[in-house]
Amino acid sequence: MEPLSLPLRVCRGILRELRYLQGPSYKQSLAYNYVMDQFRKNKVTGERYCRAQQEAHHASHTYLCYLASTRNYLALHNLYHGKGERSAEEVAGLVGLRLPTQPGGKGWEK
Amino acid sequence: MDSGGFSLRKTKLPENKLCLINPQSRFALKYSTAAVERKRFYQHVSISQGEGGVFEINLDRRKLKTPGGKLFTVPNEALAIAVATEWDAQRDTLKFYTMHLTTLCNTALDNPTQRNKDQMINAALKFLETDTVCYRVDEPHALVELQKNEWDPVLHWIENRYNVTIGSSSSILGPEIPEATKDTFRQHLNSYNFWSLTGLEFVITQLKSVVLSLGMIDRHLSVEQAVLLSRLEEEFQIRHWGNVEWAHVYDMYDLRARTAAGTLFVHLSSENSTVKHKLLQD
Repeated sequence: MEPLSLPLRVCRGILRELRYLQGPSYKQSLAYNYVMDQFRKNKVTGERYCRAQQEAHHASHTYLCYLASTRNYLALHNLYHGKGERSAEEVAGLVGLRLPTQPGGKGWEK
Repeated sequence: MDSGGFSLRKTKLPENKLCLINPQSRFALKYSTAAVERKRFYQHVSISQGEGGVFEINLDRRKLKTPGGKLFTVPNEALAIAVATEWDAQRDTLKFYTMHLTTLCNTALDNPTQRNKDQMINAALKFLETDTVCYRVDEPHALVELQKNEWDPVLHWIENRYNVTIGSSSSILGPEIPEATKDTFRQHLNSYNFWSLTGLEFVITQLKSVVLSLGMIDRHLSVEQAVLLSRLEEEFQIRHWGNVEWAHVYDMYDLRARTAAGTLFVHLSSENSTVKHKLLQD
């Protein structure tokens, strides 16, 4: 199994996703502060194999995957599945017909 | 105020006071009509700490509630922040099908199917008999090789880690799982709390594999790796016949999002961290 990418890359990725989500004011968001806090806290460790650091790295990678995949999923959804059904006028227009109009309105309409 | 098709109802309270109840402002009816798209009705999302050390989400000035009407509480801050980010990420309309962490929290809080830990563990272990990683094909040969190369290492890892035998089989009935294996896993799963089990069962249902889910929870696999291994046969067919973006990639991102949310949920619900500062000694 390939190793996870470097913490710096994951951090940059998460910040990029937050920027996509929230626009220019992403630095004031809760998530930004928490994420930067966690990355700073886990940067320095005295041991060679620090379990907490590995766990935090895996968790950050998971969160990055979550943010990126929801964004891509929504993008694909809007691209392919978001258009909905055509209205009756459009359907008629596909074959070159128009819907009939009744100037006085239909009998039951006011 | 745009009522979006709902009419304002006036009801008489016992004290003979009239009050306007607009269904859209009642949080308990958050998921009232599936057909109507809920618009984003709040500007600001924040979290606050309530009694007992649990965290709550505030949309503008009002507290978030579960669909069952209970107050939405989260045991730790990280999960609360993640849920708040989900709510904050919604633009004009609320798309609940992308808010997986919120959904998981609601399920854990409301427990709509009234299940206890044992039932959930049994349901999860049922997937072991038809685990994706154990269910092999006989042909085409390239797929058999691929399954052997990709799935066998994970199987070996889990057999070593938990000291069990699982094995793989290409018969239609699937592998024979010995009772000792099931007991070991049952004991292991029992050590997780109810919230973590909710998340874990969700992940197992998505990946259709206990082995891959445990591999991810134990941090042996990343989310992308686990999703790839779960969809191995599909990836094989994609390589052969081509990729259809609006189906294959769409499904893959959906599976990744759900699995990542579930894994994050399990990790955040089952860990508690304390910070111990080491004093510099000079």
